[in-house]
Order: sequence, then structure tokens, then C-alpha cells
Amino acid sequence: MRISRWQKSLTFVPLLAGGVVFALPLWWMVLTALKPIEQTATTPVTFLPRQAYALVDGKRVPVRVLGSLDDSQVRVEVLDAHGGSGRFVEVPQAGILKKIAPRWENFGNAITAMGYFPRYLRNTLVLCMLTVVGTVLSSATVAYGFSRVDWPGRDRVFILLLATMMVPFPVVMVPLYSMFRAMGWIGTLRPLWVPAFFASAFNVFLLRQFFMQLPRDLSESARLDGASELRIFVSIILPLSKPVLVVVALFQFLATWNDFLGPLIYLTDQKDFTLALGLQFFQSQHGGTQWHLLMAAATLVAGPVIVLYFFAQKFFVRGIAMTGLKA
Amino acid sequence: MLMTRTTRRELHLGLVFISPWIVGFCVFTLYPLLASLYYSFCDYDVLSRPVWVGLLNYRDLFTDEVFWKSLGNTLVYASVSLPMGIIVSVMVAVLLNQPVPGRGIFRTLFFVPSILPLVAVAVVWLWMFNTRFGLVNEVITAVLPASWGQGPNWLGDERWVKPTIVLASLWQTGGTVVILLAALQEVPQQLYESATIDGGGAWVRFRHVTLPMISPVVYFNLVMGIINSLQVFVMPYVLLGDTGGPNRSGLFYSMYLYQNAFSFSQMGYACAMAWLLFVLIMGLTWLATRGTRGLVYYGGA
Repeated sequence: MRISRWQKSLTFVPLLAGGVVFALPLWWMVLTALKPIEQTATTPVTFLPRQAYALVDGKRVPVRVLGSLDDSQVRVEVLDAHGGSGRFVEVPQAGILKKIAPRWENFGNAITAMGYFPRYLRNTLVLCMLTVVGTVLSSATVAYGFSRVDWPGRDRVFILLLATMMVPFPVVMVPLYSMFRAMGWIGTLRPLWVPAFFASAFNVFLLRQFFMQLPRDLSESARLDGASELRIFVSIILPLSKPVLVVVALFQFLATWNDFLGPLIYLTDQKDFTLALGLQFFQSQHGGTQWHLLMAAATLVAGPVIVLYFFAQKFFVRGIAMTGLKA
Repeated sequence: MLMTRTTRRELHLGLVFISPWIVGFCVFTLYPLLASLYYSFCDYDVLSRPVWVGLLNYRDLFTDEVFWKSLGNTLVYASVSLPMGIIVSVMVAVLLNQPVPGRGIFRTLFFVPSILPLVAVAVVWLWMFNTRFGLVNEVITAVLPASWGQGPNWLGDERWVKPTIVLASLWQTGGTVVILLAALQEVPQQLYESATIDGGGAWVRFRHVTLPMISPVVYFNLVMGIINSLQVFVMPYVLLGDTGGPNRSGLFYSMYLYQNAFSFSQMGYACAMAWLLFVLIMGLTWLATRGTRGLVYYGGA
């Protein structure tokens, strides 16, 4: 079947249009993050971040344009190392020179403006590490019990495990909250990582699929050699399952990094917030004015996920396909 | 029934291996399920012991206008965003399955938004949909004739709040696209070839080969979509705050539930809402399964 050039462009053009639309929000996020504040409030919009320069006292200095008085003169504020210097002058419109200049310092300013950014980052990374370790260890152990040991009633219990995935979080939210409250865990990170050590149904399902595909003989011959079940699990099955373990770890990392509802419910002190909750808090405090800092903050929270995608692209695609096709 | 020694040994081994899940299931799922059902018949504020009130919470729900509003908002959102999401995903996946240049780049462009933190995504859409300086209205002004007036006040206008959230949600359908793409790549080429020999055009091939072959995956995404869209929370919460925007037009079920639990300390009421949501989700999933019976083709798998 030969595909004509016409047919090719019939698929390429809509793809390109869709791709541009999908890329636009991220591109706009980064561009806004690199702009000075006055360029976030212009109509029509300015696309690239620019820095204006004017001749003041015979020297070309960076300025902020405040507005034009008439057609030929504009009022500007001279900028120094700390931003506005408080010195205002009028210069001819024609003498203003604009250069493309990304303001990298917006990122530093956003970090300062968010208050506890280093704490947010630390809390998020601690939670990511603990939940990844917890879910990989526990889910793999449980999946082994559901796939490579034959015990009576196993498959019926597994159906029960699958059924728990249907339970919407709001149904268990209140009792979990009051339980953690009774334990004195509200306002600590514990409610967000301790459950990860008790296996997640979804991860057990994924790992079980993989373990079932491994040949039975592997375990049989090891058993004949007198290896214990734990030994077979740790030194035969786990090493063979690295690809799927990476997928589980990756998905858990993302889930923890992106989680908002959990931190919103359980965390009370701003110092304990995660990045996602901290970003929402920052937005609710300062939203609507400092768009350049808000976009810089959003870039800092979303950026690591994008970087992770580029490093682990094939695991993402494989993992997503696994979840959708094997169901 | 008597078990042999081997069976008993296997049973012990199996239970030891799944013991983390047994503990987790009892503590984090079974107990909360039962407790929440009990609380739903109680007046409960977390600080004091729950007091049994019978069906009062459920009866109050029926006369609570805000409850009905949030339920209506959620059903409208789900019934628009879910089919649109599936249609967009199928279209993108079919296009990506063609031999076009730059497929990998396109796949990345469509997929990456779906894995980003929802809070960051919502914050970006807040800026994109800003009435005065947002890029969306900028494009509208540039494309549409001036006589049409300005772009809408997306998040400030009751009529536009839900469309805004639907549009923002469509940006994150990339996960579905990747699943569909994987399914499309497993469709045997001979099926297309024989359809072509039988004189079928592109539409016939899509309708009679592609759609049936990917129908199990579409069904899976439909069910997941029902479960997820009825629980939509983060995006509207960040975009509109917990009041749900102008005239509560963006107050969704989970937001009102959260408000009852944590702003009004009406934990029993929130549990009653949660159980109704659970029943609704199961009912709609059952309906979707019934409704698509005969349309989903399992022959290939």
C-alpha cells in the first residue's frame, strides 16, 4: 500500500497543529517565567522577554519603561543591580533600545517569594524516596505471593485486591483522617508515606502480571537445589524483574511528586508542605499579580518531571502501555 | 476439608508473602470503609464521638441545594469531558500511528502534559485563561474580527467556567493516547489489507477494523474516565478556590465533600456524600458495561 504525498500531509498538518496547541501552555509558562513583570501585563502580548535600554547621562543603561507621555517622550525608571533605583527620567522614544534578555533571576526570586522552597523540596524528595522504596518492596513481595506460590483461594483473594481499586478516595478519606489524628500523625509526613509500605493494589497487579510470565522451571529447579522461597524471590525473581520494578518506582515517584490532595489534608504547618502544596499556597497568596514569579515557580515544580521523562522515556511508554493493554 | 502438608505449607507461604497487603487492606481500606459507612449515619465532627442520627444526613442531602448543584456540575463536566477526551485521544492516536516524520517528537508533545503535577498545570491554565493578559484571549482577539468583541471572562463568567475546565482537562489526555497507540500497533496489518482489497476506503477501514480492534482499550479508558472525572478535584480547586467560582458554577462534588469535611467539620455529612458517590460510580460503571456489551470486541486478545 503506497501512501501518497497528499495522504501524508493529511496526517502531518493536523498533527502539527495539535502539537503546537499542546506545546503552547508549557512554552508560554517558560517564556513568562523569564520576563520582567511589566511584560506580563501588556496588550498585545510580548512574546520574547526583552530588556529596554536608554541613553541616560550619555551612558546606555537598563531601564523599565513606565509609559509614554506623548508620541516622542517616554518616562523610564533606571535599573540598578537590585532592580528599580527610584530614579525616573524622561527620554526620547526613539532612543529606547530593546534586547532579548531572559531574566534568569526570576527563578531565584520565585524561590525566595515562595518562603520555604528548600523545605518543600526536601519534604517532597523525602516522601518520594520513602514511598518508592516502600511500594517497590511491599508490592513486589505481595505480588510474589499472588503469582509464584500456589495456595488455595489465591485467585479469589486477588479479585478482592483488584476490587479495592474501585474504592474512591473520598469514601475512606474521613476515617483515615480521624485515624491518623488519633495517632497524632496529622501535621507530620507519616500519613503520606507509611501506607506505601503496605503494598498498593495497582502495583501488585502490574508486578503480578510480570511475575506470572517468568517460567515456572526457574523456581522449580531452585527448589530442588534446596533454596528457600524467600531466596528464590530475592535472588532469582527480583533480578529478572528490573524493567517492571523501574516502571513501578517511576510511577510512584510521579504520584508522590504530583500528589496534592494528600498533603492538603494531612499537612498543617507551612514548613512541612510539599512542592505541589507549596505552589498552590503561593498562588493563593500572591496569585493574580506576579505572573512571572508564579510561572517561574510552576516551571520549578513541573520541570523535574519533564527532565525525568527525557531520561526514562522508554519506561514511561512501556509502563503506560502495560497498564492499559493487560487490563 | 483436609489439606495435605504441601498445601498447608503453600498456604502459609502465600499468606506470609501477602501479609503486608492483608495488614494494609484491613487498616487502610476495610476499616475506613466500614467506619465511613457508620459515620454517614452519624453527626460527627472528629473532635467528639460520633452521635447516631439515622438517615438524617441522607435526608438533609436531598434538600441541600448546594449538593444538587455540585452533583449537576460534576455530571455535566463528566459527560462533556469524558467523550471529548476519548474522541481527541483516538484521533491523535490514529494520526500518530501513521508513518509521519517526527513521530517521536509529537508523541512527546502529546504525552508530557499528562504526567505533570496538576497544581502546576492548573496554575499555567490560570495564566493562559487570564481575561486581560492571557494568551488564549490574545489569540482570540487576533483571529476573530473585532466586531465580535473581546474573548470571554473565562473563570469569572458563570457560563464559561465549566468549558474552561473541560478544555484544560483535554490537555492531559496524553496517557490515553499512548495506551491507544500501543493497541493500534497490535492491529494485524492483514486486516487493513483485506479491507482495502474489499474496496474499503479510509473511513470503512477505521470503522470496521480499527475501532473494533481497539474497543477493549476504549472501554477500559471509559471506565477509568468515569471513576476519575466524577472525582475531579485538584484542577477546579486550584483554578477557583474552594468556593467553586462565580455562583458555584465550578463547585464539583469532591470539592463540596472536602468543604463539608474540613471547612464545616461535617464529617458525617461528607461520608454520606462519599457513599452516594461510590454508588453513583458503581452504577455508571455497570451502565457503561451494559451499554457497550456487544460493541467491545475481545476476539483479538
